[in-house]
Amino acid sequence: MALLEVNNLEVSFVTRMGTNKAVDGISFSVETGKITAIIGESGSGKSVACYSLLGLIPQPPGRVDGGTALFEGKDLLQASESELRKIRGRDVAMIFQDPMTCLNPFMTIGKQLMEPLLFHRDVTKAEAKARALQLLEEVGIRDPANTFDNYPHEFSGGMRQRVMIAMALINEPKLLIADEPTTALDVTIQAQILQLIADLQKNRDIGVIFISHDLAVVADIADQIVVMQQGKIVEAGDSDHIFHHAEHPYTQKLLAAIPGDSKQPEAHPETLIEVRNLCTWFGQGKDAEPVKAVDDVSFDIRRGEILGLVGESGSGKSTIGRSILRLVPVTSGHVNFDGTDLTQLEGGALKQMRRRMQMIFQDPFASLNPRMTVFDTLAEPLLLHGIENRKTVASGVLKLMDDVGLARNFVRKYPHEFSGGQRQRIAIGRALATRPEFVVADEPVSALDVTIQAQILDLMLDLGKEYGLTMLFVSHDLAVVRHLADRILVLYKGKVVEQGTGGELFEHPKEEYTRALLQSIPGRSLLD
Amino acid sequence: MWRFISLRLLQAVPVILAVITVTFFLVRVAPGGPFDSEKAVLPEVKAALEAQYRLDRPLFEQYFAYLGDLAQGDFGPSFKYPGRSVNELIAAGLPVTAELGLYSLLVAVIIGGIAGVFAAIKPNTAQDYIPMTAAMIGICMPSFLLGPLLVLVFGIYLDWLPVSGWGDIPGDKLLPSITLGSAYAAYIARLSRAGMLEVLSQDYIRTARAKGLPEWQVVVKHGLRGGMIPVVAYLGPAFAGLLAGSFVVETIFQIPGLGRFYVQAAFNRDYTMILGTTVFLSTLIVLFNLASDVLAAWMNPRLRAQFGGK
Repeated sequence: MALLEVNNLEVSFVTRMGTNKAVDGISFSVETGKITAIIGESGSGKSVACYSLLGLIPQPPGRVDGGTALFEGKDLLQASESELRKIRGRDVAMIFQDPMTCLNPFMTIGKQLMEPLLFHRDVTKAEAKARALQLLEEVGIRDPANTFDNYPHEFSGGMRQRVMIAMALINEPKLLIADEPTTALDVTIQAQILQLIADLQKNRDIGVIFISHDLAVVADIADQIVVMQQGKIVEAGDSDHIFHHAEHPYTQKLLAAIPGDSKQPEAHPETLIEVRNLCTWFGQGKDAEPVKAVDDVSFDIRRGEILGLVGESGSGKSTIGRSILRLVPVTSGHVNFDGTDLTQLEGGALKQMRRRMQMIFQDPFASLNPRMTVFDTLAEPLLLHGIENRKTVASGVLKLMDDVGLARNFVRKYPHEFSGGQRQRIAIGRALATRPEFVVADEPVSALDVTIQAQILDLMLDLGKEYGLTMLFVSHDLAVVRHLADRILVLYKGKVVEQGTGGELFEHPKEEYTRALLQSIPGRSLLD
Repeated sequence: MWRFISLRLLQAVPVILAVITVTFFLVRVAPGGPFDSEKAVLPEVKAALEAQYRLDRPLFEQYFAYLGDLAQGDFGPSFKYPGRSVNELIAAGLPVTAELGLYSLLVAVIIGGIAGVFAAIKPNTAQDYIPMTAAMIGICMPSFLLGPLLVLVFGIYLDWLPVSGWGDIPGDKLLPSITLGSAYAAYIARLSRAGMLEVLSQDYIRTARAKGLPEWQVVVKHGLRGGMIPVVAYLGPAFAGLLAGSFVVETIFQIPGLGRFYVQAAFNRDYTMILGTTVFLSTLIVLFNLASDVLAAWMNPRLRAQFGGK
């Protein structure tokens, strides 16, 4: 008998706008000692399905319409709230996506760790503490005895996720539900956490539901894979079936979205930007040592090329992009843009140069003004820089919308009416409005679902050609960058450790750190 | 932390100096003087009085002389209560007003806090609308209306509680405290509702639910601390406001507190008394604001770390 057997689960959300069927009759099972992955894009119902099993969706507006969910023979959907409480955190535990927000910032991690144990089991505080320390050690927290009374903000993202995992496992649950547990993390940290989950699962012989939007992430760990789209299961099977014999077009689309081979580099003889001995340090008050975000970095960007900048968070990759555009004060060094030293420009001259350079940000939800329509957003830079006048601006906006693949009838809509991918298209359109020669794209696809990611990357490649753009593409994801970039710089702690074409780096990485990055790419086995 | 506190204290000096200066010259601009009265006073007597209280000297000389006294903690003699200093009068009235303020604050925090938390647990239901409507009424209702109403109902119709006094009959402190505290209770209810709503929508509340904790533990153990930070930050200004604004309630209930001295002093043109009370209360306001800011920051571990403590 399976550990968890879900049959015909139906969940809907009742709002004033009508009833929205979030989960539409799905069935799947989880075996003890196996990992079942549920894959789907945002809005596919994958998280709602799992939360509803434990009564964790807000009701109303949520409503379980039907189905059964037998956990060790007991139907969770029929269980009362008090019965469910006994199961939650004891027999079934959860890990969530964002370790930055999922731990209580007002409580020490020690207290939070012991809480489920003290609540569900008859143990003393001392026993609970001993157990918690033991688990912290097991999930790889250094020096647990001394960090036990620390608050969450004193840990990095990866460490917090380890704490979350320890908290979930402290009652030795039989089933672990992990909801996108690595999506908010850097690739190298993601690889570590994936490995940790797989190891813990094997040692304990428990069942795991692993929810993700990215097939590549689960490639190495999942036994069973369930692919969901719009509340329904479109395909399910073992890992081998999904990755090698997928039948449903949507699954094939997901597979195709995994960034593939390295781009064939093109020759770009002319140098557009020379970065020389660039240093950007951030002071921390008078006495403290400054943070050397960018530390003596030199490189060239050639006209028309896409240069990839790869590194973990804190490697200084975003700061380099911002330093070139003079969005942060540069400590020392020079940036020559087409013969002009940008670090020496002030006021009007800088503004003139800025028109030739633009930036695309990571989060299309935060970087668009929610009170401006698409038209206003795109028309503003056109008018500001005198590219179009009042009479011609409408046609200019429509041309931009065509270029970035937005339907023309969306022109009067506000950002919240668009999906993440569409918003990023608007942001790209805004960046291209001034006809820049150089664009810094700072993690432009990392907040997007994988299939949308692939579309946006293709769009950027096409537009790059059409507009003759030079691009600095900043990302933590080597797989994405090599698909796009002519050359790649690998950054570590504010310094360039290695550079080369995608092919060179993948085939013959010279540096230890580059090799570690390559090892971290999820689903690496699929790429070879 | 100490750096922050001393900086704020330093900033308070010009504020209080401005308060002194403005008050000093404003009361002199107001028509009439402390020794004007309906009965004619002999000019020699008036001149002697003015000489004794330095009122015959140029205004600026008076001003700097006052500042000099103040620097030594001396608020000067009262003009209307011969032989008594302003320090003595404040010392007499303050304990009563402080006690009234404290009880009112307790009323405000307990009633307001509970109402706000309950409203936030089930937003947009009757459990939310009823206390929030009551809070709106509480904010709008002036104490000179609420006080007599409470007296009418509980003091006269029901005859449960005394109608006036302070510390003479058991239970006579209850109605003044409720009257003074209700507007603040209403405001705290709205603050704590907003704070709790924000906190209860956080991801870590979902984590707490996933641990299997019952809802009340989720709210109390995981929600309350973060949700109450805005309330704590408001406590300082609220307490200062209670002290300074107790005049109406002290009058309704015949309470011998600071507020009544204060207003009487204004009617009497008791220059030193007006100045002394104003300076004293504004200093308290500055200090309480600082104290509640420090406390609110202390409750947030991240800010606490920035302050250098742990």
